[in-house]
Amino acid sequence: MTADALNGFHLEELPFLTQLSLRAGPGGPAAAAVETALGDPLPAPCTLTRARDADVLWLGPDEFLLLAPPGRQPYLAHELRKAIGPEFASVTDVSAQRTTLDLSGPGVTGVLARGCAIDLDPRVSPPGTCVQTLLARAGVILVVDDPGRIRLLVRPSCAPYLTDWLADASAGA
Amino acid sequence: MQLLTCPWCGDREEAEFRYGGQAGVPYPADPRALSDAEWGRYLFVRDNPAGPFAERWVHSAGCRRWFTAVRDTVTHEFLREAP
Ligand SMILES: [Zn+2]
Repeated sequence: MTADALNGFHLEELPFLTQLSLRAGPGGPAAAAVETALGDPLPAPCTLTRARDADVLWLGPDEFLLLAPPGRQPYLAHELRKAIGPEFASVTDVSAQRTTLDLSGPGVTGVLARGCAIDLDPRVSPPGTCVQTLLARAGVILVVDDPGRIRLLVRPSCAPYLTDWLADASAGA
Repeated sequence: MQLLTCPWCGDREEAEFRYGGQAGVPYPADPRALSDAEWGRYLFVRDNPAGPFAERWVHSAGCRRWFTAVRDTVTHEFLREAP
């Protein structure tokens, strides 16, 4: 899919991003080692942190998703596994699990509100918010980068449906 | 739509959750010692109170974590949630 201007916002796919699943208990030695390697603490529930080498998305109390530019899998996985050493944690390449849609423009939150129950008002969901939820019944990870800029991570099999839905929802915006 | 409170994610629509039946049903200490009838009771027989009932729920469209909620089966009001 190519860059596309919809009614009220701009939609662009960011394909083939590096996505690593990190499972590590918070507060444990593996989490501490990862935090040292990343140079930032792991994110609190429903937020993300922007570390030097990757965005770190909270997916669950012991589950995180690292997002980085395409092709960074070997480097990032190696660095994390080296830091974790013998401690109890896992790093798995899940880059093929989801693709990423980058939505920007003043109309974004209004269009998403037609199919998403998360309150995207900046007072409730400020930049740095990262939630897993349903958008038009499709499971998504929704990242608020700025009030007018939102990333959606969606399974590739759902992406055509979701972009069709976004176009449809924006038509009446 | 009714909101349920995930212990991790906060208030979310009920459609994001799935039901997991009665909470606190202990796995038999010695499954081999159970008769077929006792095993059947463990698998299938649950309390059915009219009122508060401790249940397992999973935030399936969110953090995918299981938690225990106390729900009033008469009013469908959720009284409390805990990991
Ligand atoms: Zn949750």
